[in-house]
Amino acid sequence: MDMRADGTDAAVDVKADVRTSVVPGVRFGGLSFVWRPWIAGVTLLLAVAGFLVFCLSIGVGDFPIGLPRVLATILGRGEQVDEFVITDLRMPRALAGLVVGVALGVSGALTQSIARNPLASPDVLGITSGAGAVAVFLVTVSGGAATAVADSVGLSAAALAGGLGTGLLVYFMAWRRGIDGFRLILIGISVNAVMQAITTWLLVTADIRDVARAQAWLVGSLDNRSWGEVHVALWCTLVLLVVVTTVAFQFKPLHFGDEVAAGLGVRYGTVRAVLLLCAVLLAGVAVSAAGPVPFVALVAPQVAMRLARCPTPPLVASGLVGALLLTGSDLLARTALPVSLPVGVVTAAIGGPFLVYLLVRANRR
Amino acid sequence: MVVQSITGTETEVDGASRLAARAVTVGYGSRSVIDGLDVAIPPGVITTIIGPNGCGKSTLLRTLSRLLKPTGGTVVLDGEDIAALRTRDVAKKLGLLPQAPVAPEGLTVSDLVARGRHPHQSWLRQWSSDDADVVRQALAMTGVSDLADRPVDSLSGGQRQRVWISMTLAQGTDLLLLDEPTTYLDLAHAVDVLDLVDDLHESGRTVVMVLHDLNLAARYSDNLVVMREGAILAQGHPRDVITAGLLHEAFGLRAKVIDDPVGDRPLIVPIGRTHVELDRSAPELVK
Repeated sequence: MDMRADGTDAAVDVKADVRTSVVPGVRFGGLSFVWRPWIAGVTLLLAVAGFLVFCLSIGVGDFPIGLPRVLATILGRGEQVDEFVITDLRMPRALAGLVVGVALGVSGALTQSIARNPLASPDVLGITSGAGAVAVFLVTVSGGAATAVADSVGLSAAALAGGLGTGLLVYFMAWRRGIDGFRLILIGISVNAVMQAITTWLLVTADIRDVARAQAWLVGSLDNRSWGEVHVALWCTLVLLVVVTTVAFQFKPLHFGDEVAAGLGVRYGTVRAVLLLCAVLLAGVAVSAAGPVPFVALVAPQVAMRLARCPTPPLVASGLVGALLLTGSDLLARTALPVSLPVGVVTAAIGGPFLVYLLVRANRR
Repeated sequence: MVVQSITGTETEVDGASRLAARAVTVGYGSRSVIDGLDVAIPPGVITTIIGPNGCGKSTLLRTLSRLLKPTGGTVVLDGEDIAALRTRDVAKKLGLLPQAPVAPEGLTVSDLVARGRHPHQSWLRQWSSDDADVVRQALAMTGVSDLADRPVDSLSGGQRQRVWISMTLAQGTDLLLLDEPTTYLDLAHAVDVLDLVDDLHESGRTVVMVLHDLNLAARYSDNLVVMREGAILAQGHPRDVITAGLLHEAFGLRAKVIDDPVGDRPLIVPIGRTHVELDRSAPELVK
């Protein structure tokens, strides 16, 4: 199109062409939303796939239960034997997988959007390793002295506090009349390195039995989850997701930078601080529930973006991809190989190549 | 004067200025860039702020748009202190285009322009058919309707700038603040974008912008604000303001001001060191 020829009469002819394609909207009474069929379809498919893997994960084990019986039990119409195995033994683990996956996926989508950089995931920003360092400290230093302190609830709380503390530390060190994505990432990487050094030092100097326990926790695992732990993680995640959903609408213009957002009437400082806090807490909850499972928070938003064909990480789809990745990895870790692996090993092994595949395919197009 | 705004509502505008700075002092940290400046933006015309690099012209524009909070004095928008207004209410009255904005890779033109409706939306009412109409209108006014489905990053610099202006239009304000809208554009595209800005002012909007190119500023503005070292040196119609003496005072530039051969505005011919055939010491040049 020749712009100069076109531009001169633009104001004279301001009649809009009704055929110009603009995103369609959808209304329910007083509510109105943008309607994007592709994104809605992908999100729905991801949700269905996540639920199926969740059911499969419950069915697989020393006492195999078929999919129909799993569904029946979940709906409350199962037999008593199934109910015991499913509800008491297997459900906590499968549910923990879903919750941790959603928390990590949404957390990664938030940090990547805030920094406007795909590198900015909670793993890279040091939040995960901060949580890990504090947990390892508890296992190796005080754990040897008092077993009561190092029981799993104490460990989870310590990990959450560690993640939150590290997140706040990185945020305030990166703050200089606003938050700049690159500065945030550089400081995050530095803090991450320090936290990992602390963890290594703790492991090297600790008693060998504590080291084994700490190592098992550090890989990230869904083994032996209890209903108590799952409930805490589930409710924390739900509350945080409600906050994120409420604020997310105000966040949309921030993808264009602070000044454009301010011009569009967004109090960007407040919106960003609230969402970053939510992201840190979500990552902290995830780490405290399953240990520092690597790669999910980095890869899930990027995969979701490419599947949903969005220019920015879509929140709901990122959470669902996270859940699918984590639950699927756990299922694979328990079934595909002769030895049962911790889930953290598999998430990295699956997530990495899949992201590379999506990137290579995009380059070839 | 009656202004036909893009949302279809009609606004009465009196002769008084809607946007003004009163004794504003602005700075970064402890360094103040602007000290006790007064300026009133005349309604319905294009006001352009010019001045040498670092004179505070962008700072003034950012202060007028509420991006920067003055340490002293007030910015008044429609009779109210802009600092006391809600960010959202300011965004319904005043559209702002920052310098060289960046869109996420892969975002389409219509999605970007649609974001301009943000101040008029809420969590429950995120998108309506009114929004779609306004966005179509904004796309048409800036001549980018044909590009609606294209990713913003696939466009040329000039097209991209039209799209950003289109987003600001979709905001439905009749006050537009543009920070160097022609940055990174070649002359042809710069002229094209400024023609568009002129179209917007013809349809009744008040435009305030910062420009680097003095001849383009003289051609396209009705009101020039000339700044130096955080203060206003001169203000008025280009014909009254642009003189060789002022250019020397503001920019330290030796230049000859002649009549524009294709218009009724002054034309600045800079005098450098080489390829100049005039007597360079001629006194009338720096008067």
